[in-house]
Amino acid sequence: MKRVIALLMENQPGALSRVVGLFSQRGYNIETLVVAPTSDPTLSRLTMSTEGDEQVVEQITKQLDKLIDVVMVSDLGSSDFVERELMLIKFKKDSFPEDSFDETNIVSNNEEIVNVQIIGTSSELDQLILDTAYSNPIEIVRSGPLGISSDKNTLSIDN
Amino acid sequence: MFGYPGGAALHIYDAIFNQDHVEHILVRHEQGAVHAADGYARATGKPGVALVTSGPGATNAITGLATAYMDSTPIVVISGQVKSMLIGTDSFQETDMIGVSRPIVKHSFLVQKAEDIPEIVKKAFHIATTGRPGPVVIDVPKDFTDPEFKFEFNYPSEINMRSYKPAQAGDSSRIKEAVDLIEHSKRPVIYSGGGVIQDDASDELIELAKLLDFPITNTLMGLGAFPGSDPQFMGMLGMHGTYQANMAMHNADLIIAVGARFDDRITNDPKKFSLQAKKIHIDVDPASVSKIIHADVPIVGSAKECLSMLIQEIKGRDLKINHEEISAWNKQVSDWRDAHGLNHSLLELGPQNGKILPQQVVQSLYKETEGEAFITSDVGQHQMFAAQYYHFDKPRQWINSGGLGTMGFGLPSAMGVQLAYPDATVACVTGEGSIQMCIQELSTCLQYGLPIKIINLNNAALGMVRQWQDMQYGGRYSSSTYENSLPDFKALAESYGHIGIKVAKFEDLESAMKECISLKDRLVFLDVDVDPNEHVYPMLEAGNSMDYMWLGKDKKTW
Repeated sequence: MKRVIALLMENQPGALSRVVGLFSQRGYNIETLVVAPTSDPTLSRLTMSTEGDEQVVEQITKQLDKLIDVVMVSDLGSSDFVERELMLIKFKKDSFPEDSFDETNIVSNNEEIVNVQIIGTSSELDQLILDTAYSNPIEIVRSGPLGISSDKNTLSIDN
Repeated sequence: MFGYPGGAALHIYDAIFNQDHVEHILVRHEQGAVHAADGYARATGKPGVALVTSGPGATNAITGLATAYMDSTPIVVISGQVKSMLIGTDSFQETDMIGVSRPIVKHSFLVQKAEDIPEIVKKAFHIATTGRPGPVVIDVPKDFTDPEFKFEFNYPSEINMRSYKPAQAGDSSRIKEAVDLIEHSKRPVIYSGGGVIQDDASDELIELAKLLDFPITNTLMGLGAFPGSDPQFMGMLGMHGTYQANMAMHNADLIIAVGARFDDRITNDPKKFSLQAKKIHIDVDPASVSKIIHADVPIVGSAKECLSMLIQEIKGRDLKINHEEISAWNKQVSDWRDAHGLNHSLLELGPQNGKILPQQVVQSLYKETEGEAFITSDVGQHQMFAAQYYHFDKPRQWINSGGLGTMGFGLPSAMGVQLAYPDATVACVTGEGSIQMCIQELSTCLQYGLPIKIINLNNAALGMVRQWQDMQYGGRYSSSTYENSLPDFKALAESYGHIGIKVAKFEDLESAMKECISLKDRLVFLDVDVDPNEHVYPMLEAGNSMDYMWLGKDKKTW
């Protein structure tokens, strides 16, 4: 089962490698990983998705929390949350499936190539890839999902 | 501080030369420095420190770091690094120490500015010694220790880290739940590990065990937390644990685990592990709780604090323990001990088939040191014999590499212990395989006058490897013997300026041991020829539950 984990860590050299290293060291799998500084420049927020049952995810969050550079960890799947992922797709102009997209999706367009961007849940993006496969996209790039909880809980050091 | 100089550390070494506060012990190999710092930490509870140079100095420290990491001991390793502007250029003696050591440290720091060094040092010691202790690395590029550049020295008086706040007290409602389980138990076992020793919680453990009169067992790392010679003690449990300890764990209806982590040398197959028992698990590391075995009552906090809370809760209640059931259970444990317990009087049997049993050597050492020596060990059969047959009555008396299983740990760790306690008897129980992995430290022992007693159980083979080859590989001794290439250890010790004694006959064992221990001011290498065919028993049958044990070459419990 896919699980989305979010964490705040010190924005310091080496911090990311500790998080990533933990996964290979303990035999966990990282499906996706997104990381960027937060509005507090001393902190980075990292969102990752992984496969695992309840017990595995509990171990992963505990082991992540144990890393000295990790400030907070949250298994987003433990309550309602919103997940969004960005995808860019490159088509040849002559096979671009116009019906599947509207103008707002198109981010570049010239004689040969059309690039589109799509935002949605990971499974929506999976579906779109299947739906447009007939038009032979020549490159697909995905960001991996970001997540945020739907309730008033926040992942921040202020509360 | 134990260390070995080299280019990237020379500014630091020059600073050491110019002061009197820090004593530096020059080892002969960086692995020895880290093990010595580790031994010092284990014996005293205070952090040990090693100083190494960059590149090979740093990589030689890796085995020592991994050893300390697996046994959660508080050490700080300072490694020199090439100048900051050379990092990443494959310069001479450059290794990415932070990267190489990352999976085997509690934390590490790469110094980015000279001004940061005091705060980093403060943080390093704070992290190494608190919560679940562990090794911390500080990697210092050479230009940041250059004495040409001066900075104001600001050593912080305290450290507050938003991302690191180890648990102290346990949850009081969990403590109540634990005592509820204790009241209803009929076949309880207290199972304690290295966490009790690390946290100096031995007094609390003894008080709890005495209060409840429950049978108690210690892990390899936990030996000494409860007095080994006390009849309530069942001995060590696990892979080579006693019959009664393993049977009690398997048949228990309640396991009170304190500072132990249910690792694979204990549980055997976790799916078949002690299925009838409820588990109370006290540990300072939340990630250790329910990692392998589900905890019915998880209590996260320091062993000392949580045990005190348990004791208080028990004393505050009109505790309803079923004394009849408990005494029947204690009787059962005692029957198991009578049936297949270890024989602690093997010396009285004399030679066996003309040979000395390795267990007899440990018993002779126990007798001669009156059970009061610090014992370090290497890894293999001799380690298990020492753990089984030397009754450790005090915490921090038994020092071995339990988690990583590092051959070569025994001698350098004994140096750390001996330096911490110059007047104590410190014996390193080893084998002819392990001792050769750090034997160069005999030279360090001469330089600093460390009167360690090396007790070499010499069976002329890698004993534990050979035992497995006997039991699982049809007696095919692949690369486990030396084909008459062993050194003359007596002469070797003498060439290093120490005393060597060779024992080949049982009749000489006790007098030689007496002489060895009585030479208080000298390092003595006691090389004893022992029966090469002896195996360590009991031994858990792999892939099964804890009651499946080999008790002898032709004797098993199933």
